[in-house]
Amino acid sequence: MDKKVIEIKNLTKRFGNFTAVDNISFDVSKGEIFGFLGANGAGKTTAMRMLCGLSKPTSGQGFVAGFDITRQSENVKKHIGYMSQKFSLYEDLKVWENIRLFAGIYRVKNSEIATKTKIVLEKIGLFGERNTLVKEIPLGWKQKLAFSVAVFHNPSIVFLDEPTGGVDPITRRQFWELIYESAAEGITVFVTTHYMDEAEYCNRLSIMVDGKIEALDTPKNLKHQFNAQNMDEVFQKMARKVVRIEN
Amino acid sequence: MNDIIVKCLSVNKSYKDVKALININLEVKKGELFGLIGADGAGKTTLFRILTSLVLADSGNAFVNNLDVARDYKKLRNQIGYMPGRFSLYQDLTVEENLNFFATVFNTTVKENYHLIEDIYKQIEPFKNRRAGKLSGGMKQKLALSCALIHKPLVLFLDEPTTGIDPVSRKELWEMLRNLKQQGITILVSTPYMDEASLCDRIALIQHGKILSVETPQNIKKNYPKKLYRIEASDNFALLGLLRNNSAVNSCFMFGGYLHVTFNEELKTENGELKIADNNNSQFSILNSQLKEIEPSVEDCFIELMTK
Repeated sequence: MDKKVIEIKNLTKRFGNFTAVDNISFDVSKGEIFGFLGANGAGKTTAMRMLCGLSKPTSGQGFVAGFDITRQSENVKKHIGYMSQKFSLYEDLKVWENIRLFAGIYRVKNSEIATKTKIVLEKIGLFGERNTLVKEIPLGWKQKLAFSVAVFHNPSIVFLDEPTGGVDPITRRQFWELIYESAAEGITVFVTTHYMDEAEYCNRLSIMVDGKIEALDTPKNLKHQFNAQNMDEVFQKMARKVVRIEN
Repeated sequence: MNDIIVKCLSVNKSYKDVKALININLEVKKGELFGLIGADGAGKTTLFRILTSLVLADSGNAFVNNLDVARDYKKLRNQIGYMPGRFSLYQDLTVEENLNFFATVFNTTVKENYHLIEDIYKQIEPFKNRRAGKLSGGMKQKLALSCALIHKPLVLFLDEPTTGIDPVSRKELWEMLRNLKQQGITILVSTPYMDEASLCDRIALIQHGKILSVETPQNIKKNYPKKLYRIEASDNFALLGLLRNNSAVNSCFMFGGYLHVTFNEELKTENGELKIADNNNSQFSILNSQLKEIEPSVEDCFIELMTK
């Protein structure tokens, strides 16, 4: 039942004499929505790159989707989805062409791509825009499309790096409903965000400070532990521990 | 008495078929910290670019300190500071060189107006010989703000200074803005973060090129038309689905660990419970202890205005 999709032990990454990620350990279960918080420069991106098989750890070990992130990084990449606010779609390709491209890269069968594309686009209300260039659709639609593309090949886990930046409050909430639906279907969601209300939508949260995981629990328990009304207060209290100078 | 320092009269701007700004009328008072709140693509940047004389409006007029932004742009540019959303200093100049450059361009010296930037600049001064391109996000922002201030502008325009910045750095930036306001500088700041709206004296909510409302944060909240309730359930997402499909419910949105709900009729609770019939005629209850009437936030108000 409680199958682990991410298992990280003593993971460390050094660049020269700078320790970006300092001995972190945690597990994430199947279908869980796991929030990965931290200030700019805390080490989130470096940790996430290791989990995605894009960067080799200096020491420690990790399994993602059942594969060793050091020795089987190509297998890790095949079994995860990734979406970031900065880059996810090709602006000068049409909506359907983006799906076709990414589905092809992830080796989804041709016969499956056609039928699933229709289902996915109807679900997010973009079927009528299938022949529109991505650069011509509003940001909120792009984000829903980027998410659908990231989970199209049915990965065991999807990494979302600040997925909702800049959109209006209603679109932001619609996006989170997509996240909940995917999690209910068994896809594990690993998400970073600077919106502290969104942090509360997660099942569990970790907060990184200076390369270490300083807190890890449900939002409810964290608020209780820090005697705070909401996650923003928790975050502000945690971040006071920062000693490392930004560089 | 003329204490209006920024004024827009029926400003319109289109890019090909896209209407970026539609009939914008706006007044900002001298010394105000004024927020322009809206999502990406709402028109915030276009409005700032018109007010800073970088883009011409298709029609309408705009004035900053009684200078016409289209006609008197040369004078205007000496009196305003502008920090664009994208970092636009010289990446291959050092921190100090950038600051000296902007001071010189405006015919002044760093020394002359140092008091204005001191609080901000001294945080990055230890790195003054580092190239701007090698700074972290937070430090780049402090440098950009220093450069925008070094000629002592009357009005400062900040386009999304907190986008992509963590909550702690965001808080720091707002403290800096408060301090600048104390020194008499009028500040126009745009942001997609609704929680920052309450830190402004007045705010304009903007969506699809139109201004939905211009008010103090307090008055925007006061004008919320319905009673707003906060509900906490063990599974908020499941409850959201139930409530949204219910005819008694006017609106229902997730807000952090809670749902924010308005109802079509006055709420009646019985025996400490709110009973709601669902569409299959079965009932479900929400305990009084899960239910609380609350004051709306600016985000509640924005959603309400968007869905009108």
